[in-house]
Amino acid sequence: MITAERDTVKQDSENKTGIARDGEHGMRVVNLSAWYGPVQAVRDINLSIVPQAITAIIGPSGCGKSTLLRCLNRMHEVIPGGRVGGVVLLDGQNIYGPEVDPVRVRRLVGMVFQKPNPFPMMSVYDNVVAGIKLNRSLPKSELDDIVERSLRQAALWGEVKDKLNVSGASLSGGQQQRLCIARAIAIKPEIILMDEPASALDPLATYRIEELMGDLKERYTIVVVTHNMQQASRVSDYTAFMLAGDDRIGELVEYGDTNEVFTNPRDKRTEGYITGRFG
Amino acid sequence: MDKIASGSRFAGGEDQGDKLFRWLVTGLAVGTIVLLALIIFLVFGDARSALLQFGLSFLTTAIWDPVAERFGALAFIYGTLVTSAVALLIAGPISVGAALFLTEYVPKWLREPLSFLIELLAVIPSIIYGLWGLFILAPLMRDAVEPFLQNTLGQVPVIGALFSGAILGRDMLIAGVILAIMILPTVTAVSREVLRAVPDTQREGMIALGATKWEMIQGAVLPYAKAGIAGASVLGLARALGETMAVTMVIGNSSSAISPSLFTPGYTMASAIANQFTEADSEMYFSALVAVALVLLLVAALVNVAARLLVWRVARGPQGSARL
Amino acid sequence: MEGSDITVGSGGALTRDQDGIWQRRRLVDVFMTVLITVSALIGVAVLLAILAYVVINGAPALNLDFFTQRPLPYGEVGGGVAPAILGTLYMLFVAGLIGVPIGVGTGIYLSEYAGTRLAPAVRFTIDLIAGLPSIVIGVFVWALLVRHLVGHFSGLAGSVALAIVMVPIITRTVEEVLRLVPGSLREAALALGVPRWRTILRVVLPTARSGVTTGVVLAMARAGGETAPLLLTSLGNQFFNTNLLQPMAALPVQIYNYASSPFADWHTKAWGGALVLIATIGVLSLVTRLATRGQRPG
Repeated sequence: MITAERDTVKQDSENKTGIARDGEHGMRVVNLSAWYGPVQAVRDINLSIVPQAITAIIGPSGCGKSTLLRCLNRMHEVIPGGRVGGVVLLDGQNIYGPEVDPVRVRRLVGMVFQKPNPFPMMSVYDNVVAGIKLNRSLPKSELDDIVERSLRQAALWGEVKDKLNVSGASLSGGQQQRLCIARAIAIKPEIILMDEPASALDPLATYRIEELMGDLKERYTIVVVTHNMQQASRVSDYTAFMLAGDDRIGELVEYGDTNEVFTNPRDKRTEGYITGRFG
Repeated sequence: MDKIASGSRFAGGEDQGDKLFRWLVTGLAVGTIVLLALIIFLVFGDARSALLQFGLSFLTTAIWDPVAERFGALAFIYGTLVTSAVALLIAGPISVGAALFLTEYVPKWLREPLSFLIELLAVIPSIIYGLWGLFILAPLMRDAVEPFLQNTLGQVPVIGALFSGAILGRDMLIAGVILAIMILPTVTAVSREVLRAVPDTQREGMIALGATKWEMIQGAVLPYAKAGIAGASVLGLARALGETMAVTMVIGNSSSAISPSLFTPGYTMASAIANQFTEADSEMYFSALVAVALVLLLVAALVNVAARLLVWRVARGPQGSARL
Repeated sequence: MEGSDITVGSGGALTRDQDGIWQRRRLVDVFMTVLITVSALIGVAVLLAILAYVVINGAPALNLDFFTQRPLPYGEVGGGVAPAILGTLYMLFVAGLIGVPIGVGTGIYLSEYAGTRLAPAVRFTIDLIAGLPSIVIGVFVWALLVRHLVGHFSGLAGSVALAIVMVPIITRTVEEVLRLVPGSLREAALALGVPRWRTILRVVLPTARSGVTTGVVLAMARAGGETAPLLLTSLGNQFFNTNLLQPMAALPVQIYNYASSPFADWHTKAWGGALVLIATIGVLSLVTRLATRGQRPG
């Protein structure tokens, strides 16, 4: 099964590598499939992520949207039995290439999770610099700058600047999630993946996260998974709609400009999903 | 029997049966409290004459002279502390490593069999550790490990004193090593439970920052599990403090003066009791040995309570941990 | 997984490269992986080493005489450890008669009457008894029975000591497995008008039967290997003895006496005894583990 998969990738990729070689910028997904042990979760996804924009992945639960997201920074393989086939190009290089270090991929493609997961044994300050400290030791003044800049970018600085030494877990849920965003952007990734970042939050905190995403796309490419279609239509520039087929394997049904997808979907299934939910 | 029972039930005896049963199990449960009280009372009672005779000096002097009837348990206390510390120093890191291997590295199908093998170490009786220690480990330590330590670490100033003196093949280091093996399964099993309680979201948070597996463990898993691992170690310590047979067989049982060298034969509190109890020939000698048992009982209780408190704290999770 | 022929040459931002910090981080990771793997292997290796030595050194001692004869003075050929095996079984039986009702009863109390104010105190007591060094239990029973009530070493004293070892193990297991019995089962029985005590004895306990059995067997296995408290209570005996009020032999004590002797033949017999002991305990642990796998109620 894997061999066959690899062959298709090879065939398919031959014409595309040409483009890839010319210092292509951004992320492109080619023929991506993912498995949990013997069970396939997504199949043959092809997708180009537009830089400095927000791409939303929507679809009913179980359609593989989170799985797809986790494939984009090699988090899927962290789950026991998680396997990936296909290609994800980041700036023209396949992140699944044999010479690629998954640890380096994750430094360029950050992630924010569904449930805020600050490190409870670390202070707010240490949470923000946790990623930086892995790679190099910087003088305190430089770290201070990074902490302030990251927290400002995450729209959290004003609320926590006087309590940088309290545990990251003592903040409110919405603040925790913004702390996790600050933690992710402190290492200056190119792309930030967000897996339903507001689903555990109350409406006000959700609103602040959405507002923050709008600010962040000036600097970062954002891919967000959400089950909330209003949210997708509000915040995203591009939308990908996924659906699990009869064999329960998720596929990409439609991908395009958010306005197009929501107002004038090309595929009947997209239309059904959107109108069903909106109606 | 059944008919009689239902007959009496009709007569309003239902409550009687329930009451009787409740009294019975409550009585048994209270019995355990009475038992513990009796243990403390009797041990204290028989230790009393030695405690009255020697007072605090029982804990602070190392003279143990049955002929002159002068008794101080300091050497035994020292031996207990040193062997337990050696055991914890060796078994602690190895156990945490093994627990990490079982939770973070090993494939699922291998996890249970491997845990079972390590936990089997816990059901091997103390006497068999003693036998193995006496005939297999002690010669190995005497002929290979201890000369090596003496030639290397023994040359280093200050800590060299730990590895000085004649190598006899019965000493506190060997006892410590045997104890380390014996507490390994306890500390491993409890640490494994603690590590399993670390939420996966913590691990993923660290990995997504571009951490290697070890950096994930170091940055997210171990800090979260810190208190629980401490609790596991204290539980191991509790077991090491009271361990008797295996230590008795390899420690040399000699009450010579306290020496910094781990190569000195010694006594622990438990081995002193086991070794001398049946030879004690005077009231005061008995009483002194029972007093040693009393000290051991109190220390064990204290350490166990400390471990419970730590584990209890862990059960509540780190303060304010991302509860949503 | 590595459908990767698409890649642009090397030297991209994602590649493992020559950069010093990355290399050091990788190196540390590999080093710690090795260290952690070795830690687990040490545990397994020590276990195998102990088992191997017990089997290799103990097997030559095993013959019919070993299981049927009494120990002979040094110099006489043959002899066995039959009184010790019988003594251990006998004392375990008596210890079970004392310890199982107390342990099971206390376990029932903690699980079924958990609401009472006394329950935390009982649980704490059980924890403390479980944490008592076994030699201290020996000293206590010596003070109670050997010194005062009986007046000399006896099998009864040994049994009481072993019973005290067993109680906390049984209590903890019973409490745990009874808690796994679904409350709906209790309610169903109570709703039928079955009184509580019969619900517990006829419905709850039988449902948790395999778990309770496990607890008792584990406690027996643990007590059967105890040596230290017996040195102070049952003492040991070279002869067959079924009188509970007389000193009684036990296998672990016999191993200790043989091992402490200067004679090679007795050392072999000690290993033989160890093999018998470890085989029995190992089989019991394995069987209970396999028997209870996936059989827990709930």
